[in-house]
Amino acid sequence: MSEEDEDQAAPPKRPRASPSPPPDQVLDNVLETVLQFLAAPRDRGAASLVCRSWHRAESATRVTVAVRNILAASPARAARRFPNAHHILLKGRPRFADFNLLPPGWAGSAFRPWAAAFASAAFPALRSLSLKRITVTDADLDLLARSLPASFRELSLLLCDGFSSRGLASIASHCRGLRVLDVVDCEMNEEEDDEVSDWVAAFPGGHTHLESLSFECFTPQVPFAALEALVARSPRLHRLGVNQHVSLGQLRRLMALTPRLTHLGTGSFRPGDGVEDQGLDFGQILTAFTSAGRPNTLVSLSGFRDLAPEYLPAIAVVSANLTSLDLSYAPVTPDQILPFIGQCCSLETLWVLDSVRDEGLEAVAMYCKKLQVLRVLPLDALEDAEELVSEVGLTAISEGCRGLRSILYFCQRMTNAAVITMSQNCPELKVFRLCIMGRHQPDHVTGEPMDEGFGAIVRNCSKLTRLSTSGRLTDRAFEYIGKYGKSLRTLSVAFAGDSDLALQHILQGCSKLEKLEIRDCPFGDAGLLSGMHHFYHMRFVWMSGCNLTLQGCKEVARQLPRMVVELINSQPENQRPDGVDILYMYRSLEGPREDVPPFVKIL
Amino acid sequence: MASAALENLKATELRLGLPGVEDDSPAPATPRGSKRGIADNKEEEAKTVTAAPAAKAQVVGWPPVRSYRKSCFQQQSKSKPAAEAPAPEKEEAAEAPPPVAGSGSLYVKVSMDGAPYLRKIDLKMYKGYRELREALEAMFLSCFSSGSGDAAAVNPADFAVTYEDKDGDLMLVGDVPFQMFMSTCKRLRIMKGSEARGLGSSSKE
Repeated sequence: MSEEDEDQAAPPKRPRASPSPPPDQVLDNVLETVLQFLAAPRDRGAASLVCRSWHRAESATRVTVAVRNILAASPARAARRFPNAHHILLKGRPRFADFNLLPPGWAGSAFRPWAAAFASAAFPALRSLSLKRITVTDADLDLLARSLPASFRELSLLLCDGFSSRGLASIASHCRGLRVLDVVDCEMNEEEDDEVSDWVAAFPGGHTHLESLSFECFTPQVPFAALEALVARSPRLHRLGVNQHVSLGQLRRLMALTPRLTHLGTGSFRPGDGVEDQGLDFGQILTAFTSAGRPNTLVSLSGFRDLAPEYLPAIAVVSANLTSLDLSYAPVTPDQILPFIGQCCSLETLWVLDSVRDEGLEAVAMYCKKLQVLRVLPLDALEDAEELVSEVGLTAISEGCRGLRSILYFCQRMTNAAVITMSQNCPELKVFRLCIMGRHQPDHVTGEPMDEGFGAIVRNCSKLTRLSTSGRLTDRAFEYIGKYGKSLRTLSVAFAGDSDLALQHILQGCSKLEKLEIRDCPFGDAGLLSGMHHFYHMRFVWMSGCNLTLQGCKEVARQLPRMVVELINSQPENQRPDGVDILYMYRSLEGPREDVPPFVKIL
Repeated sequence: MASAALENLKATELRLGLPGVEDDSPAPATPRGSKRGIADNKEEEAKTVTAAPAAKAQVVGWPPVRSYRKSCFQQQSKSKPAAEAPAPEKEEAAEAPPPVAGSGSLYVKVSMDGAPYLRKIDLKMYKGYRELREALEAMFLSCFSSGSGDAAAVNPADFAVTYEDKDGDLMLVGDVPFQMFMSTCKRLRIMKGSEARGLGSSSKE
C-alpha cells in the first residue's frame, strides 16, 4: 500500500473518559477492522509501533508473517504475537552461501523448532509456508505433512536443501487440499536410483486441488504416466514447471491437459526417445502452443533445460502475451532469439544467458519496451571467458527500456560511460547489480576505476534500494555511495575499495542500509566499528576475506548485546590466530543459538 | 612472490577449479580456498600458468553464480557429441582445453556407511587420489559433525574408499592410475575398514 492510503486509514480520535462500554474494546475492534486493509509489511510494521493498542490490533490481524532471518525470532515468540498467521515466510542462510562461501551444516537444524511448532498447531490458521535457503529434512516434511491443519494449502521451497523425494511423497500423500507445491532451485539429497520415491503418484486419487506444481530442479526422472495422470485429474492446475527429463513430446501431452495455463516450465524442450515423441515435428509443437495461447492466459515461460533450438520459434505464437520469459538455462544465440523477440511487446521480466550477445540485447531493447526486470547471466562463469556481452548491450538496453527497474548484468569488462548512460536513461531503477567478472577490472576504454559509473547510479537513481558493485573501485566510489545512496537497503561489495574509509562511508552514509555483504575487501576493525550506531537497524552484516580481527569483532559484540556475532571459519588449516575468516552478524530476539557447528564461534 | 614459493603455495592450497583445466589444483566443492593471495598475485600467476592461456586460477564463489548453473552448461556440452561415455580419450584433454568448458564432467554417486544420504561428485574436479580423498573427507565428516557436534567420533582412518567399476565389481580405490580409475568408476562407496578387507593389497596413506 502506498503512503497515501496510510493517511486515510487514520484512527478515530480517542473520546474522553466515559462510563459506556470500555472504549478500548470498541476501538480495538474498529482498529482491527481498519488494519485488515493494511497489507504492505512496512506499513504493518509502522502501524504496530504507534501505541500498545495499535500493536495489539495489528498483531491480531497480521496474516502474512515474514521472519526474514529464521535465527532472529523463535517460533514460540512468533506464534504468541501473530496467532492469526495465514502465510509464513522463513528465510535462512545468508545469500553468499549460494556461492559456496558458507561451510555446509552452518545451521542445519534451524528449522526443527519451527516444524515442531507447526505440528503442535501453534499457528492454527496456517495456509501457506514459504521457505528460502533453509535446510529441511524428510523428517521435517513428514511431520508437517501429518500434522498441518486442514486449511494448509501451499508449500514453497526455494533454494532449500536437506530433503529428498521421500519428503515430497509425504507432502503429496498427506496434505489433502494442497494447492501449491513449488520446489524451486533446491539442492535435494541424492538417492539411489531404485530408492527414489514416486511422489507424483503419491497424490491421492480423484481430483486434486492443485493449482501450481513446480519441480524443475528435481534431478531424478519422474515416471511420465504418473505425471500425466496427475495433471489430468488436476482441473485447477494453471502453473506447471516440469524438470529436464520431460521431453518435448511429453510436454505437448501435458499442455493438452491444462487448458488455462498461466505459467509453464517447459522441461528439456527437446524431443526424447519415448513413445510420446514418436513422429514429433515442429508443426505439432506449434499447434500445442497455439492452443495454449488461445485463451490468452499464458504469461510466463521457463525451462528450456536442454533446448533443441529448431523448436524455439514455436513460442512466437504466445510471445505477444508473455510478461515473463526465462531462457537462462538455454544458450540461445542472437539468430535464435530474433524469430520471436520481435513479438514480445508485453515482456516485463527477461532472464537470458550472455550467449545472446550484444546483438540479442539490442533486439530486446528495440522490441521489449515494457521491460522492467532483466538478468543477463554468464554461459561461462569464468573470469577470463570469451566476452559475449559488453557495454554495447548495456547501453542499448538503457536506451530501449526506459522503464527498467531491476538489472543483473554479468560481463567481462565495462565502461563508466555505459553505466552513466544507464543511470540517466533509467531513473526508475531500484536494483542495479553489475558483475564485471574480471576482478579489479577498470573501465577498459579509459583505464580508470569504475567509481564514476557507480557514482552516477546512486546519484541519478533516487529509488535505488539494492546495489551490487564490481570492477576496480577506489574509496571514492564508496564516498559517492554513502553520500547519495540514501534509499539503499542492500549493498554487495566484492574485491573493492582501498581502505577502511570506504566502509566508513557506507556505514555512516547509507542511513537506510539493512543488508550488507562484503567479501575480499581491505576493510579492518576501524571500518567495522564506524558502523556501531547503525547495526541495530540492520538485518545482517556479512564480511568475509577482509582484515578483521578477533578484537574488533569482540568489541562489536560487547557494545551490541542484541547482535549475534558469529565468526565462521571456512579454512581451518589456514587460520591465523586472531584473524577472522567470515563475520556474520545479525540482530536477534533470541540471543546466540545453541546448536552451533565446530567451525562457528559466537562471541 | 618468487615463482618457486608460488608453486609451493599452489601445491598446498585447495581451490575450486573447472574440470579439464590443467594448471590449477581443482579443489573439492567445499568452501576452502585462498582468496587474497590469488588476487594479489594475479599478474605473476598469469605468467607462470603453463596450460592454455585461459587457465587462470579461480577463486571460491567468484563469479557469483550458483554452482548448479555452472555445472549445467558443462553437462550440456558433454551431451551434444555423444550420449553418455565417460570418454577415456579425454584423459589427454586436460592438457590444452579450450576456454569454453568442452570437456564435460563426470558425476558419480558417493555413499557412505552410516551417512544419512548420498552425495554426487564430479570426478573431473580432482587431479589425483589425494584431492579426491580430501574432498570426500570434507564432505562426509561435515555431515557427521553437524549432526552430533562430536567430530571425534568419526576417524577418517577407519574408512576405506571403494568403487564399483563398469563390470559391477567392488574395488579398492587407489590401485590403478587415476585416469584409468576415472574411466571405469561408476560410483563410489565409503565403507568401514573391516568390510573392505580383502578387496585390495596396497595400503593407503
